[in-house]
Amino acid sequence: MQKVTREMLIEKASALLAEGKVDRVLGWKNGEFSYDVTPFVFTDVESMKKDFVFGDFAFANFSKYLIKETKKSENKVLVFLKPCDTYSFNQLLTEHRFNREKVYAVGIPCDGMVDVSKIKEIVGDGIISVESGDLIKVETLYDGVKEIAKKDVLAERCVNCKSKKHVAYDELMGEEGEILDSNRFDEVAKLEAMTADERYAFWQNELSRCIRCNACRDVCPACTCEKCVFGNPNSGVENKAASNSFEEKMFHIIRAFHVAGRCTDCGECSRVCPQNIPLHLLNRKFIKDINAFYGDYQAGEEVGSRAPLTNYTKEDLEPSEAVNKEEN
Amino acid sequence: MQRIGVFVCWCGSNIAGTVDVAKVAEALKSEPGVVLSTNYQYMCSQAGQEMIKEAVKEHKLTGLVICSCSPRMHEATFRKTAAAAGINPYMVEIANIREQCSWIHKDMEEGTEKAIVLGRTAIAKVNLNAPLTPGESPVTKRALVIGGGIAGIQTALDIADAGFYVDIVEKKPTIGGKMAQLDKTFPTLDCAACILTPKMVDVAQHERIRIFSYSEVESVKGFVGNFDVTIRKKARYVKEDVCTGCGLCTEKCPQKKVPNEFNLGMDNRRAIYIPFAQAVPKVATIDADYCTMLKTGKCGVCSKVCTAKAIDYTQKDEFIEEKYGAIVAATGFNPISMDKFDEFAYSQSKDVITSLEFERLMNAAGPTAGKLLRPSDGVHPHKIVFVQCVGSRCASCAEKGKEYCSKICCMYTAKHAMLTRDKYPDTDVTVFYIDVRTPGKQFDEFYRRAVEEYGVHYIKGMVGKVSPEGNKLIVQGSDLIANKQLKIEADLVVLAAAIEPDKSARPLATMLTASMDTNDFFTEAHPKLRPVESPTAGIFLSGACQGPKDIPETVSQAGAAAAKVIGLLAKDKLTGNPCVAHSDEMMCNGCSSCEKVCPYGAITYSDKEFRGPNRTTLIRRVASVNEAICQGCGCCTVACPSGAMDLKGFASKQIMAEVDAICK
Amino acid sequence: MQVNEYKPKIVAFCCNWCSYAGADLAGSNRLAYPAEVKVIRVPCSCRVNPMFILRAFQRGADGVIICGCHPGDCHYTSGNYYTRRRMALLFSMLDYLGIEKERTRVEWVSAAEGAKFAATMNDFVQTVTALGENKRLEDLRCKK
Repeated sequence: MQKVTREMLIEKASALLAEGKVDRVLGWKNGEFSYDVTPFVFTDVESMKKDFVFGDFAFANFSKYLIKETKKSENKVLVFLKPCDTYSFNQLLTEHRFNREKVYAVGIPCDGMVDVSKIKEIVGDGIISVESGDLIKVETLYDGVKEIAKKDVLAERCVNCKSKKHVAYDELMGEEGEILDSNRFDEVAKLEAMTADERYAFWQNELSRCIRCNACRDVCPACTCEKCVFGNPNSGVENKAASNSFEEKMFHIIRAFHVAGRCTDCGECSRVCPQNIPLHLLNRKFIKDINAFYGDYQAGEEVGSRAPLTNYTKEDLEPSEAVNKEEN
Repeated sequence: MQRIGVFVCWCGSNIAGTVDVAKVAEALKSEPGVVLSTNYQYMCSQAGQEMIKEAVKEHKLTGLVICSCSPRMHEATFRKTAAAAGINPYMVEIANIREQCSWIHKDMEEGTEKAIVLGRTAIAKVNLNAPLTPGESPVTKRALVIGGGIAGIQTALDIADAGFYVDIVEKKPTIGGKMAQLDKTFPTLDCAACILTPKMVDVAQHERIRIFSYSEVESVKGFVGNFDVTIRKKARYVKEDVCTGCGLCTEKCPQKKVPNEFNLGMDNRRAIYIPFAQAVPKVATIDADYCTMLKTGKCGVCSKVCTAKAIDYTQKDEFIEEKYGAIVAATGFNPISMDKFDEFAYSQSKDVITSLEFERLMNAAGPTAGKLLRPSDGVHPHKIVFVQCVGSRCASCAEKGKEYCSKICCMYTAKHAMLTRDKYPDTDVTVFYIDVRTPGKQFDEFYRRAVEEYGVHYIKGMVGKVSPEGNKLIVQGSDLIANKQLKIEADLVVLAAAIEPDKSARPLATMLTASMDTNDFFTEAHPKLRPVESPTAGIFLSGACQGPKDIPETVSQAGAAAAKVIGLLAKDKLTGNPCVAHSDEMMCNGCSSCEKVCPYGAITYSDKEFRGPNRTTLIRRVASVNEAICQGCGCCTVACPSGAMDLKGFASKQIMAEVDAICK
Repeated sequence: MQVNEYKPKIVAFCCNWCSYAGADLAGSNRLAYPAEVKVIRVPCSCRVNPMFILRAFQRGADGVIICGCHPGDCHYTSGNYYTRRRMALLFSMLDYLGIEKERTRVEWVSAAEGAKFAATMNDFVQTVTALGENKRLEDLRCKK
């Protein structure tokens, strides 16, 4: 696959800025560490040349940023979208969350992002810098430079990448990929195969670590409510920090339920969780169930598609059948 | 803070028998907001209601909790009491301590304990109740009747006679429907045309009825009292107001080979045609599928012969928009297709016909001018076999036929058998049946006459196979009573095909948001108590679109539907149900989830300006609920992720308060 | 007085048009079912938000049952179809989290099915009683 580099993206952006097609660029910028890449709105080429980055840590799915960004100006904003980002992009369009006319979307290929925690497992702490590539060069305080094969440290969501195909763009850079057969439901199936007691123990252990920092909610491109139900005084469930295991469960069950059928499985929730709770396993459970119960459905694949929870057929399975399926 | 009065009813011994009402009243005294808690023998009685009114005055109550029978029984009563006492009727909650407590529990302690919890739950809810005012909407005093068969005709006449305007939309070029195709009617044997055509003329001449023939409903928007309907008037290429119905064009048209649908294809008509002599409106229609002029641009005979200059080959479909207060579905039925019933050789032999075809064969205006002749060779048949329940009561063969009984076949078959024997005593008639069902005034007597006076052979059993052999039809069937197999050589076989709703009913139901059953019959609001209303307010049902019906039943139902429409149109304003959904714009995402699940199309979106940070203005798409359309199901409230959508009277907070009170 | 006899708390959400009427009919016909069942009237089963169910468990309910019109008979034409999907997914999720699946149920009860209402409640109470107290979705602060 032809690699798209940082320089190519800057070149594209500067051409579009120069043409006046866009006046802002939604891109990535280094955070405190080189593996800690953060979204940033650039307005000129100079600052892009200085701060714009693109590489194995350009995780951030910009779709959600478009909701606010498109409201800021009458001009178009340029956004770079990896294949998985385009699904969120479409899903938000389906939900009328931003004006498509105000966006210039450039699809860029992606060969997977790297999970820094996997690197840390190999090199330990004290990482000074990480250089992207098929062979990742990691410099640490104690060990100098180490080379690690990228495929060994791919993020979980990229190992189980569902699609290299862009479902939305105005312009595509590089080659178009394909929808992949992934094993993304294997983990869910493993859990389903456990006994109820084992599952309870598993989730109790995971969810009890939740500190209700709301990072999952804030990053989620499906969680775009003007005001979250957990912040709505009329909802009857308003609460800030979860103070016990019930509230942790309540929050995560309801959050997963609210994005069920709308979640594109971008995996951002698990990535940003400071407690490393595998939140994507909740969303994937819903996706897996939806596929099994109501036929395959990929949120964001098509603009305007009807989400499974706002749809029905007269022959749908009964709730009792839904819970007794796994037993057979 | 509310000032709540709690009134525990004994209902004589109905409640007091297993619930210690004094104890309940005492226990509820300490619930939050309660300033008075008392009990009385019959709360719903005049004295009981007076007691409530007095208490409201004396204790300045703002909310009432009545612990009594089911709210389905007396909620309305106590709401009126509240209103009379000067508080909002929606500040009343009922704790159902009779049907759901005293009547099911034998143990006094258990019953009392549960009654306290139920009372506490109602108090918890009422603490969060807010006064609600029902919205009002005006009523357009015009009705739309969809379908111009006997059902639609009768409904339209009854509504118009009561003084309201009515439009009939009929997709065919003439009104009249199936009844116009019938020869005689059971059980009186009077001729269908003789009783129907005067009614058709009445419709045509009625000053308050308009007929849109050769037209279909294109779209329906709005809600009870305020429907906006678009009607597509299909191009008939004849100026309706100019055509005199002289019929000259239909004689001169050179295209003679068009199957005549009125006679079910048993003879031909021209490309320009008037369906039958008494058609209303009596104007010609050009069948664009067959007209040489429209297809090739060459011909124009009809235009040349028309002295009235009514032909217009350039006519286009026309769209008419009109407002209606009520809509009546009267889309009728059709016999099912016989394609899947090859065992009866319908497709192999012209002499295997359906009962409706038989009707045309017997009719003086039919393809044989009323002489009973075989379609294949025009010879008079001497042996006729009627097969009943073809596709009806077909539980095991749902993919072929219908599970239900088509209801009219037993009677019309008896009629056919009797008429045949009466007119042609030399013809032998055999009827195969599963059961003969004749519930109806003079119906069984009618059937008995067919058997006893006219010598029709009724054989209980089904026909397994019909095979054409030479100019005969070999009918193999079983006689279940004699327990033997029969083989009959027949000249003509008549199949009593099941009836099904017209195909146009399903898309219409979608437009009307009216529900249908699995067989595509319209569902009534209540099978016993509201049989002519659809669950969707303002939509009424007339005739066989609601279920199989004979003419007398159809006419009575048509009249009943008309009465309901008149009742609606007689009102100047409609009072809505105030327990409707409401969206908080500050929290709405405009994501359309609620709109997608709303069964009534009550939710619309608009871009509104909101204050953004730093004195900026943000435009956001937000939902709003049309309270006149919303029926208050609450489906949207769950579809809404942010909780912006809530339901008045059943708000999330109220329901959670009830949950909390029960689980306390 | 019996000591230590465990009585579960059951919340039953019933739609106004079918199941609540069915519950009333059970009463009119004097068909007994345990007093542990307390009914909350909602206009339609589709008004039942998953949050209400979790809330009930939080506050100490041991079982939650939702009753609505039979599919195809919804007073609002389609509400119960949405209920069916929502609850199928929610219940499957609760099961996935290891919460006893017998604690939640959806049952279609028409206004004519008083006997079915009573039988359903008897059966549900029996099932939940056998499970014992809800420990996995409780909030200790809400318990006495």
